[in-house]
Amino acid sequence: MAEKLYKVDIITRPEKLEDFKEKMNEIGVTGMTVSNVYGCGLQQGHIERYRGNIVDISLHPKIKIEIVIYETPVEALIKAAKEILYTGKIGDGKIFVYEINNAVKIRTGEEGGAAIVDNK
Amino acid sequence: MFKKFGNILLLSAIIMLMPTIAMAAGEQPASTINYADVGYVAFAALMVFFMTPALGFFYGGMVRKKNLLNTIMMSFIATGLIAVQWVLWGYSLSFGPDISGIIGNLQWAGFNGVGLTPFADYTPTIPHMEFALFQMMFAVITPAIISGSIAERMNFSAYAIFIVLWATFVYDPLCHMVWGIGGVIRNLGALDFAGGTVIHISSGVSGLVASYIVGKRYGFGQASFVPNNLPYVLLGGAVLWIGWFGFNSGCALGANELMVLAFTNTGVASAAAVVTWAIMDKIVFGKCTLMGVVTSALAGLVGITPAAGFVEIWAALAIGVIVSIVCFISVTYVKKAMGYDDSLDAFGVHGVGGICGAILTGVFSTTAVNEAGANGLLYGNPHQVLIQIIGVVVSICVSAIVTTILLKVIGIFIKLRVSKSVEKAGLDYSQHGESPYCHL
Repeated sequence: MAEKLYKVDIITRPEKLEDFKEKMNEIGVTGMTVSNVYGCGLQQGHIERYRGNIVDISLHPKIKIEIVIYETPVEALIKAAKEILYTGKIGDGKIFVYEINNAVKIRTGEEGGAAIVDNK
Repeated sequence: MFKKFGNILLLSAIIMLMPTIAMAAGEQPASTINYADVGYVAFAALMVFFMTPALGFFYGGMVRKKNLLNTIMMSFIATGLIAVQWVLWGYSLSFGPDISGIIGNLQWAGFNGVGLTPFADYTPTIPHMEFALFQMMFAVITPAIISGSIAERMNFSAYAIFIVLWATFVYDPLCHMVWGIGGVIRNLGALDFAGGTVIHISSGVSGLVASYIVGKRYGFGQASFVPNNLPYVLLGGAVLWIGWFGFNSGCALGANELMVLAFTNTGVASAAAVVTWAIMDKIVFGKCTLMGVVTSALAGLVGITPAAGFVEIWAALAIGVIVSIVCFISVTYVKKAMGYDDSLDAFGVHGVGGICGAILTGVFSTTAVNEAGANGLLYGNPHQVLIQIIGVVVSICVSAIVTTILLKVIGIFIKLRVSKSVEKAGLDYSQHGESPYCHL
């Protein structure tokens, strides 16, 4: 295996998802898994009021995007993600990068990079 | 050919008329039933029936997701339990022949003798059975309102037993005192058009008492209790609002001018309450909230309930504004200051709004719109306010004392609330064995 497989986890603002998908298309990343998550970091919770009574909401709604890449350089992906997800305010989120051991495409049985790249 | 046909028509017309002629000539008095009234009251009864499931959604949206089904069920079960109670003995205790002005006797138990001819002392233009059915819908929704105070922690079996006993020992006597022939509060001259004292004060105050006796929810004051579904709250609140038009206007017991007055007052007061609350929300907290606005519509409806058929339109506007302000203070500040856990504000809205509306009825009522009513404070009769206050005090005392006794007695035989672990896990599964949504 010449190149390595990388997994990139991005936790960020839900309203950024559409812009992010567009950007990924531009740099040739076509696959991703997105889920709704709740979390907290530097950004403190916020307050909601019901019938005037304060309720503390400590976990913020965020999205978690998971991407596994093979051909696209991981630096290019991180650079593109930083660019499109940046607002400069607390709560922009984080990017985590892992090396992964293997990947298997269930339909064809292909393993490693072949399971990730589009081999049409 | 045509002539022969005409003869047959004439003959059949005469035959059809014969029983009528015979009845008019005989000892039976002509029927006083008005079929427009029969139709309208049936329609109103259906509207009020719809309010109980709607209350389930209104309350259900406000609790945490793990208690959604249990909260809806607490309202819905009343449509079965209390309707049966009403037929078997509730109606007779409420409206049956008087025993010392406090309660009816059991002569009409099982709707025995409640037939298709009118009972003129209550209403001469619709069948007695229809009057009893219309009143059944009121009896059904009232105990369901209490469930808002003890939501998210009460044992469902204990609740079911409680509401049947509550209907029997609180609602039925109060209903008799205020509306039944010979009832003490009715004889005093207290005005309660559609149930401000009987329904809202009784259920709201009983809810407050029950919230103290059953105790606070685990984590109350520390954990965040966020409503699981505000659109449900709006859906339930909107259907309640629709039903309330039938609730108030149906109490005119006919398709008549009084019905139109009550219908209009109902709409006007609740709209005024909504606008008032929205402005207060914006000024005090900076944002206009959906939950606040839905609450205010109901507060306005509670406030106009006792007054709907006794006041002019401008007074309905005033009542809506005043009740909205009072309920805003009650659910926002008083509740926090006193520290009781009335989960969904049954007391803050129904109890406080009901008390406010009952007293305001004594201020704004006028015989100019309804001769069967009375003049209030603003029409030169301050005494009416005193009478209204007596009605309020009696309702509060009966509700608070009897609710305390009932819950203490039930508590001897069965646990009033669920265990701490069940409460943490949510009541849906432990009480009903179901979940509101499919998890994959």
